[in-house]
Amino acid sequence: MSLPIYASPVQKIWYYTFRVICALVFFFLVFPIMVIIPLSFNAQDFFTFTPEMLALKAEGFSLKHYQDFFTNDAWQHALRNSLKIAPMATVLSVSFGTLAAVGLSQSHVPFRRAIMAIMISPMIVPLIISASGMYFFYSRIGLQGTYLGVVLAHAVLGVPFVIITVTATLVGFDKSLTRAAANMGAGPIRTFFKIQMPLILPGVISGGLFAFITSFDEVVVVLFVGSAGQKTLPWQMFIGLREQISPTILAVATILIAMSILLLTTLELLRRRSERIRGLSPG
Amino acid sequence: MSDKNLVLASDGTSLKRSLARSLKRQKIRALLLIAPLLLFVLLTFIAPIADMLFRSVENSIVADTLPQTVKELASWDSDSGQLPSEAVYAALARDLKIAVKAKNHTKLGSRLNYQKTGTSSLFRQTGRKIKKLDFENTPSFKDAFEKMNKKWSDPAVWQTIQQFSNKYTDGYFLAAADLTRTSSGIEEVPEDQRIYYTLLLRTLSMSVTITFMCILLGYPVAFLLATLPLRSSNVLMILVLLPFWTSLLVRTSAWKVLLQNQGVINDFLVWIGIVADGNRLELINNVTGTVIAMTHILLPFMILPLFSVMKTIPPTYMRAAKSMGANDFTAFRRVYFPQSIPGIGAGSILVFILSIGYYITPEIVGGTKGVFISNRIAYHISSSLNWGLGAALGAILLVVVLALYWLYDKFVGIDNVKLG
Repeated sequence: MSLPIYASPVQKIWYYTFRVICALVFFFLVFPIMVIIPLSFNAQDFFTFTPEMLALKAEGFSLKHYQDFFTNDAWQHALRNSLKIAPMATVLSVSFGTLAAVGLSQSHVPFRRAIMAIMISPMIVPLIISASGMYFFYSRIGLQGTYLGVVLAHAVLGVPFVIITVTATLVGFDKSLTRAAANMGAGPIRTFFKIQMPLILPGVISGGLFAFITSFDEVVVVLFVGSAGQKTLPWQMFIGLREQISPTILAVATILIAMSILLLTTLELLRRRSERIRGLSPG
Repeated sequence: MSDKNLVLASDGTSLKRSLARSLKRQKIRALLLIAPLLLFVLLTFIAPIADMLFRSVENSIVADTLPQTVKELASWDSDSGQLPSEAVYAALARDLKIAVKAKNHTKLGSRLNYQKTGTSSLFRQTGRKIKKLDFENTPSFKDAFEKMNKKWSDPAVWQTIQQFSNKYTDGYFLAAADLTRTSSGIEEVPEDQRIYYTLLLRTLSMSVTITFMCILLGYPVAFLLATLPLRSSNVLMILVLLPFWTSLLVRTSAWKVLLQNQGVINDFLVWIGIVADGNRLELINNVTGTVIAMTHILLPFMILPLFSVMKTIPPTYMRAAKSMGANDFTAFRRVYFPQSIPGIGAGSILVFILSIGYYITPEIVGGTKGVFISNRIAYHISSSLNWGLGAALGAILLVVVLALYWLYDKFVGIDNVKLG
């Protein structure tokens, strides 16, 4: 959409106005996230720019909020819990999810639509409803307030993402490859790990990243299903925001932003790799 | 077909049979692969939802705590205005004696208190006094109860007990719809007490506002992304995906920091002189705060489906329209816009579904006026402990969301959900 040479003045004005509007929307999208980063280096316990910061003087900036995050027991405990819960939940949802996605991609699956609807439902049902249901049900069977309960709850929330990403990669999967493998004498398990798995790996990894971030970022369900012993990083942030808002939150937020940039890059690289592999395979 | 022409597989069976068997085996293998996850989801997710739905109608506390009273009370005519018979009072005395020993009577009292205020203290007080009651030498239990608390001679208390003596109740749903059951049937509660109706209306209207804001902001950006050359649109796409991938708590804290009275936006407005220092804008802890923050959080969910639909609209159509004499605006309105409507539909349903069930962001930036029905559900489950009412509100919300989901599946297809 570039401006032609013969554009009228009105068209020119509209062309630039439109770009300005879009720039403003992009600004709206990114500014709130970016503003956190400089604020997290504030030497004062304020949530706004101090005159020293605006004048770019060195004494306006400090790492004290980061120091607090790395030395404060409550934050460190929360970080450890998050790192204990999210990987376990990811392993569960990826292993169950990949198997099921492979099953679902076969040509004759009875009740495919209904099964798909059930498996996607954790993504559709509002979190507060899932959380209350799990709170009731897990208390009945003694899982409420346990590590296992939180892991299971987070794993099931991650399942839809794994199903969606892995089935998407399987759509482009050439079935004659598995047939060729079987023809040459490989059993189903060997075919899966040697032929199918390397090809759908980008989808599995990005599904896993989605599942990981779902668990790592989840707060509603853990608030209900967990107890103080399972306090995760988002939970600690939530308390911090609701009760005594402390500037350490900004330091944590900056670390999480860095993490999401890393994640975004990984996913983009994976997507490109997956497209390259699919471009090579015939059909 | 004669036997001679029958095609045989290597093991001598007919090829048709052999194929059918192999297909069946394939089907079973597919189901075996799916089974573990299906079981897992059913146990850890579907069962809890079913449990919640069950809790919204379950009501065995009266029948469990006062079994004999319920039996005796069944024959009492609640509309007569008369008090129940002596036998009912005697049964109540026996039931309460057992309940007090098991310390169940206070639970029952607080449960009935949701329906009729004052019942909680009535049961607590009676529970204390019934320990001293001499069962052998009481001529009239009716008088004894009246002496303990004169509310026992109020037929309304007995009506409440009778109403809730069933194992299942629609009482929670009635309460969630601001209705109440009186002796003359189901009625609306007085206007100043209709909180849930107002709350549901507010949830819907805020979600509509947020969806509309997302269309307004998302449409131009999606249009730009779809029409720019791939190289530059890929770069700009990162600006959409970054907020999408950033932790929800991070984005919410960002808005808390920005919108505060002493926050960045107000400071900036004061600094450039639009707003006087003493007259800072109230941007947080109200509807404005929720709408701004939620629009930001849900905007990528509008842009991404819009973009994927707009990408499929051939640019030649617009050029064709212009070559036939349409000006830019007409070409857009008559040719481009109608083709982008499926994208608006998909994005709107998605944003609406997500926003109607939001909890975290309204809780933090919404104050008391800018909260959704989810916040009320959370309140009932973790603070007021009126689980039944929380579950009934949850069930209503679930029905709304599932209906929208059905629409989404019908028009867009759940298989077409794209991530990133």
